[in-house]
Amino acid sequence: MEKIMFYILSAVIVVFAALSVTSRKLYRATMYLLYVLIAVSGLYFMMEYDFMGAVQLSVYAGGIMVLFIYAVMMTDKIGQPMRSISAKRKILPFIVTMGTAALAIYAIYSYQGISKVNEATVTKVSQIGEKLLTYEAGGYVLPFEVISILLLAVMIAAIVIAKAKKLVNQEKN
Amino acid sequence: MIEGVSLFEIMSLTTILFFIGIYGFLTRTNLIAMLMSLELMVNAEAINFVAINKYLSPHVLQGQVFSLFIIALAAAETALALAIILHLYRLTETIDVKEVEELKY
Repeated sequence: MEKIMFYILSAVIVVFAALSVTSRKLYRATMYLLYVLIAVSGLYFMMEYDFMGAVQLSVYAGGIMVLFIYAVMMTDKIGQPMRSISAKRKILPFIVTMGTAALAIYAIYSYQGISKVNEATVTKVSQIGEKLLTYEAGGYVLPFEVISILLLAVMIAAIVIAKAKKLVNQEKN
Repeated sequence: MIEGVSLFEIMSLTTILFFIGIYGFLTRTNLIAMLMSLELMVNAEAINFVAINKYLSPHVLQGQVFSLFIIALAAAETALALAIILHLYRLTETIDVKEVEELKY
């Protein structure tokens, strides 16, 4: 049962990721990306890491996708296919990336050093919270605080950059 | 870990996802579409962190905490990049990398 679910989720992820990078319409590509993100959160739920699945759904599928959709609506002429490079110039990137992917998968499968631990563990939210806020060895309180300051700095920087005046008009004046 | 699914299969999936992202990054000329390919790559890495942690050492939480930081950083990066792209659009009225030549020469 879990195996079938995993393969369905994998198929959704791969198919919609491929559609998302090849679709000529930007708005549709954004929607395909949304499906990929939701399927990835399904993978987290299957690995019994519920908190990460919830974060993926709320931050990625809820927050970042809204940002993307607003940016697409403000910059793109919806419905018109965007400019694309010619099919001939897509062949080389396709060969290079798929060749490298095949090489990487071959390397993964030929590695023998993995020690197998057949133990299903459920990650509780309380464990993650204690890990993030402990001062002892292996705690992550410093990165946690740094991330909060980084998010504040990014928020201010995004407002400042997005509100900056037009340089083109200043040059004309 | 997922019952009946080995680490190799999950890592194959994330490898394919990562290289689809690289393909999109190389072939797209629209800045927002390039940023979307970047999101695919970041997602593949986050899955890798969680999967390797869950399969190889299930009782330490390092990889799982790190994947949370990855999501926070990806959100920050996306917000900043979209602000820059919006500003660029107001400056040049295009977000195509072939036509944006403000910093050239």
